Amino acid sequence: MILEAQNLPYLFAMLLLAVGLYAIIAKKNLIKVIVGVMVIEYAVNLFLLLLGYRAGGVAPILTPDVSEKAFIEQTVDPIPQALILTSIVIGLGVLALMVAIAIRLYEKYGTFDVTEIRKLRG
Amino acid sequence: MSGVLIGLFALLLFMVVASLIAVEAKDLLSAVICVGAAGFGLALIDLLLQAPDLAITQMVVEILCLVVLIRVVITRRDETHETPKDTFTVGGVVLCLGLLLAACYACFKHLNPFGSPLFGRAVEGASVVPMADQYVANGLEKTGATNYVMSVLLDFRAYDTLGEATVIFVSIIGAYAILRKVGRLRHAAGK
Amino acid sequence: MPPESEPRAGMSLIVKTITRLVASFILLFGIYIVLYGHLTPGGGFAGGVIVACSLILMLLAFGKTFVFGFISERAPTLWDCVGALAFLLIAVAGYFGGTFFLNLFSKGTPFQLFSAGIIPLCNMAIGVKVGACLFGVFLALAGFRLSQKRSV
Repeated sequence: MILEAQNLPYLFAMLLLAVGLYAIIAKKNLIKVIVGVMVIEYAVNLFLLLLGYRAGGVAPILTPDVSEKAFIEQTVDPIPQALILTSIVIGLGVLALMVAIAIRLYEKYGTFDVTEIRKLRG
Repeated sequence: MSGVLIGLFALLLFMVVASLIAVEAKDLLSAVICVGAAGFGLALIDLLLQAPDLAITQMVVEILCLVVLIRVVITRRDETHETPKDTFTVGGVVLCLGLLLAACYACFKHLNPFGSPLFGRAVEGASVVPMADQYVANGLEKTGATNYVMSVLLDFRAYDTLGEATVIFVSIIGAYAILRKVGRLRHAAGK
Repeated sequence: MPPESEPRAGMSLIVKTITRLVASFILLFGIYIVLYGHLTPGGGFAGGVIVACSLILMLLAFGKTFVFGFISERAPTLWDCVGALAFLLIAVAGYFGGTFFLNLFSKGTPFQLFSAGIIPLCNMAIGVKVGACLFGVFLALAGFRLSQKRSV
């Protein structure tokens, strides 16, 4: 089975997703879990971006020196970019909430280790 | 291969290596800095793939995430003792993720090949035209904005932007509620 | 006018000097990205985050008491709510034209600052909202620095 060059970027995005999933499942430190969630966000944004790319394309911003008809022929798809913009900012809000929970857990239990917290000493 | 593809593969490899180091590093500060490096790699990929809005937003959001995470990690000494690595669990997880990757690779033949998106393939006079074609063809006269991404976000799809503003609002209020001092003082006084 | 700050709050002298030179330019750059969002890359979200970053820079370099000398304690949450309500009002004002979120105002000529209907107004509302709420959440997250290990 030969890896075709046209599908290799998608495979890298899925590999990044697998790395993030491994961090969430198999790591015992809360900060490593947060790192895993951030890596999954990057992977998903990357995958959406790769879907919308046109080879030899230009950015979806019209400049005065290009005619509109020629611009439509060579522009990159603008819809995935709008979706990813939404997703990046929502990722920031989710990270703020996760970090707030991690801070509270550290204040109550004194450690970031999930196995210690799970013993329900509080 | 064109220059864009070479740069893209180099940056993708950099991102994968940086995230692997971030996940496996023993020191928490190194892990946080490596995930910041992966985010900057993604911002550079955005520039290569002709998405300047995304590059600006990703770079600035990455800086803010780094500042918050370093602030959390650097003042908290965490003395987790080193548990021996559970090879059975880790091996099982890696095996399942390998199966996931193989299944994803089998699905890729149904996607459009990288470099030729579905948008722009409309045949003249077809009954069903993809939405992206209509947005790009009529964007300037219907909205008057020359930044097509903003016109999609704030005119054609403004309801989604309202939903996004709501999600950020609620998550920030959640963070305030978790970090309130009043509840904890009362709890400490009541013990 | 050199800002008054306690000698121990904030960071070292080099950081304070550079921040005095640079923080207002970062704020101005954020406002530029918000205002020109419909013509050049950027928009409300990126510009709002840049405005929040300039305020966070001043907070980290000079300390909390200096920053609360020129904005009030409730300013972040207040401007957060004002921005969100302004965005909603612009959406509801579309009912005057017929539907929710209708692009009411005149489209204008392309490539001008005053063009594209409600898009610059929405960008400004979102810029204010995102900037204020991210600054507020950083205040809440950074206020709890030193923590002791809880004795069981």
